[in-house]
Amino acid sequence: MSVEKLELFEVFVRSKRGLDHKHTGSLHAEDQEQALEYARDVYTRRSEGVSIWVVKSNDICASQEDDSESFFDPADDKPYRHATHYPLPKEVTNM
Amino acid sequence: MNPQSQDIMQYATRLGDDSLILGHRISEWVSNGPFLEEDIALGNVALDYIGRARMYYSYAAEVHNAQGGETSKSEDDFAYMRDEREYQNHLINELPRGDFAYTIVRQLLVDVYNVHYLEALKLSTDKTLAAIAHKAAKETVYHNRRSKEWTLRLGDGTSESYERMQNAIDDLWGYTHEMFEQDDLEQRLVAAGIAVDCASFKQAWLKDVSAILEQATLTVPEVEWAVRGGREGYHTESLGHILTEMQFVHRSMPGAKW
Repeated sequence: MSVEKLELFEVFVRSKRGLDHKHTGSLHAEDQEQALEYARDVYTRRSEGVSIWVVKSNDICASQEDDSESFFDPADDKPYRHATHYPLPKEVTNM
Repeated sequence: MNPQSQDIMQYATRLGDDSLILGHRISEWVSNGPFLEEDIALGNVALDYIGRARMYYSYAAEVHNAQGGETSKSEDDFAYMRDEREYQNHLINELPRGDFAYTIVRQLLVDVYNVHYLEALKLSTDKTLAAIAHKAAKETVYHNRRSKEWTLRLGDGTSESYERMQNAIDDLWGYTHEMFEQDDLEQRLVAAGIAVDCASFKQAWLKDVSAILEQATLTVPEVEWAVRGGREGYHTESLGHILTEMQFVHRSMPGAKW
């Protein structure tokens, strides 16, 4: 079996109960089951996790570098979208 | 040393031998695995076995030292200072690592065996052995999952992978019989509720293994042959080679630390 015939998976590990799954890396495997086991062996062997997600890298739809301008730049000049843009009345103390 | 302590020390040593020798064999895949992920996975399994060997040998040493003999022993004395005839592992563990199919088939046969063995050892009246079994059983459930899936993948894979798997099964099958046979020493410990009665789960083991092989389109061999002798210290030519490599540094530089 050669790596070329295997699929690429992305691995997400939850390090503690209550926290989010975080992307920790990728690996090669033949199918989801095997990917889950290799994720366990490669990314959680030093007690890094309590739960694992794997997803085929191909199934992830990602924004592209070319999209940056149209996606993210327009947000730069809209400070009113941040709560900190608005002055708080003195009467509000806990917020 | 009182006779039962002597028996327990021997028994713990035997279980340590099974674990250490198999762990060493699996470790030979490190840096030689078919691809990175499997290489790491096999390394993990090897470490599980070597860790298990340490627990069994440490317990054997503890039993030995509690008797207040002249020499005090450590786990290292059991691993590095005994020769071939003193090792009492089942022969299946010492056979060369073979190709990947051979390694997987051996793991399947041993893992299914250990699933049953460790469940029974959890019930041992010896508290230390029961505690080791509790820890090891969790590891073994995972090992078993891996070897089962690989067996299905390769048995029901290409014609070449099928052929290699079936050859491995035919080559290894005769080494499984002695895993279910026990000498007087182990029978005395079984009677005392300390050791596992292997014969009691032979049928269950056969049923489990057969079901997996059948699902993988592989065949349980019908030819009856058996090699035995491991528990008496009679080994194949392979064990000497393992010990030579494994014990060399410890013996040539006694007491070395790093």
